[in-house]
Amino acid sequence: MGQKNSVKMEAHKLKDNSAYRTLKDKVFLIGVIIVSVITISPIVLIIGKLVWEGVGQINFSFFTETTPSTFEAMTAVANNEVIPGGIVNGIMGTFLIVGMASLIAIPIGILIGLFLYENQQSRYAGLIRSLSDILQGVPSIVLGLISYLWVVKNVVQGYSALAGSVALAVMMLPLIIRSTEETMKMIPGTLKEAALALGVPYYKVIIRVLIPSGFSGLATGVLLAISRILGETAPLMLTTLGNPMINWDITAPTSAVPLLIWNFYNDPNMINLIWSSSLFLMGFVLTMNIISKRLVAKI
Amino acid sequence: MKSDTITKYVLFISSLVVLLVSAGMVLSLVGDAVPVFEKFGWRFIISTDWNPTEGRESYGALPFIAGTISTSVLALLICLPMAFATSLFVAEYFRKTYVSSILGSMVDLLAGVPSIVYGLWGFYTLRPFIVSLGLDAQGYGIFTAGLILAIMIIPYATSISSEIIAMVPVELKEAAYSLGATRYEVIMYVVLPNARSGIVASFILAFGRALGETMAVTMLIGNTNIIPTGLFSTGNSMASVIANQFGEADGLKMSALIAIGLLLFVITGIINALGKMVIKRMSR
Repeated sequence: MGQKNSVKMEAHKLKDNSAYRTLKDKVFLIGVIIVSVITISPIVLIIGKLVWEGVGQINFSFFTETTPSTFEAMTAVANNEVIPGGIVNGIMGTFLIVGMASLIAIPIGILIGLFLYENQQSRYAGLIRSLSDILQGVPSIVLGLISYLWVVKNVVQGYSALAGSVALAVMMLPLIIRSTEETMKMIPGTLKEAALALGVPYYKVIIRVLIPSGFSGLATGVLLAISRILGETAPLMLTTLGNPMINWDITAPTSAVPLLIWNFYNDPNMINLIWSSSLFLMGFVLTMNIISKRLVAKI
Repeated sequence: MKSDTITKYVLFISSLVVLLVSAGMVLSLVGDAVPVFEKFGWRFIISTDWNPTEGRESYGALPFIAGTISTSVLALLICLPMAFATSLFVAEYFRKTYVSSILGSMVDLLAGVPSIVYGLWGFYTLRPFIVSLGLDAQGYGIFTAGLILAIMIIPYATSISSEIIAMVPVELKEAAYSLGATRYEVIMYVVLPNARSGIVASFILAFGRALGETMAVTMLIGNTNIIPTGLFSTGNSMASVIANQFGEADGLKMSALIAIGLLLFVITGIINALGKMVIKRMSR
């Protein structure tokens, strides 16, 4: 009898609890929604700020002229004019540095990815995989230091576009290795086996079967890697230094858009240029991002 | 047949690049950090003295280590609830809906913003905001830097956490629902225990990201070579001291900066290896 009573009491307690439990459930849901909205608000604020402050400076000469001198900028600001000149030296420098980094990292990265795919189980491949993971975690400023020690001090004997490219290539490499291996794993093994059974040599299987059928995966990996390195500033500060002119010599100091933003930030006369340059950089990075996401959606 | 052997060799030789780059990285960092360790020994890590004056040179990395750790830990603390709520939003509450894909891609966009743009935004928007709240007169310091770092690492923590949360078997959740559990109780007693180690790993990896961030921290931390004394105290981080002082460095000072780079390399390496280990143990 006593036991029955206590069960009743327990049931009573549970029933009483349910209003509290649903309330707690609702409060938690509302909390999650509010915090999530707060979390994404910075991206809206950042893009808004860039567009609001930057659009006024963007004109034709922004993309065709090199950076103005401090004096020119000062005069323009004093007269309430738009600062003359543009950032074409940075844009061309970014193309040079990032292009060269891609030329180094993409072929090697894809080959290493294929190697890991071919030797899934081997212990050596496991070591390479872990090392590549570690490389991915190395802070970009440390990669800048490394490239300074290797290229600036020992190869070119001076700041150069090449040194920047080496730092960025080391940054890209693990991303491309990883995406290549993952893409290859998703291609049905039967495709490769069918080609091999026809007596196709292995290098032709890679070029004609594996790479074409995994193309969108590989392209996504490459684009994401490029969009990751486009905005890098720290390693370039230690390796390419900057240059007020357009430069195509890979052994000479070169400018890049993020480096220019850093220069403008440190020069009180050029402050107006930081927003337009950032808007340009951000737009470039986001376009890359969106194209690569589209490619993923297609697979 | 012969071409196959050549192909295999080409693949193998290319894999050596990773070995060479990693080994070369450690060797050249260690090699160039030797002079400063020879001169100061362990005092380099525990000393707070940073004096580049010729003849009385003295280098200690402790203020920078303290600055890096305090900003990153603060970033992690701020990031925790935000990334947690966002991943529940994306992977549990509004799973596979239009709203969640929009929110998810906006969080991904956060990962695409270059560090220097975060720095600018922090300098021109966040810093004045902190000043206007009356929290600090200048707005520079550990808190501002930690806040911007938190925003920067949220996408990294969110993307892994939400993947893991989405992987929790539906049967388990349905079993709990059938017993009358509310959604909150399902999340707390079924989803979280199942996803715990993955979520922990995602925060470890995000912490590793925060340790090495340079530009945004450099622009906001205040760049004073002292051990931070409070939440709004200025300081300097390992990455930002390298970025700031590299241009005028040579000789022993260069060696000191490279030694700081080596320390940063080792610390981030350990943190990342830890995160990867947790993930690996989980997938087994």
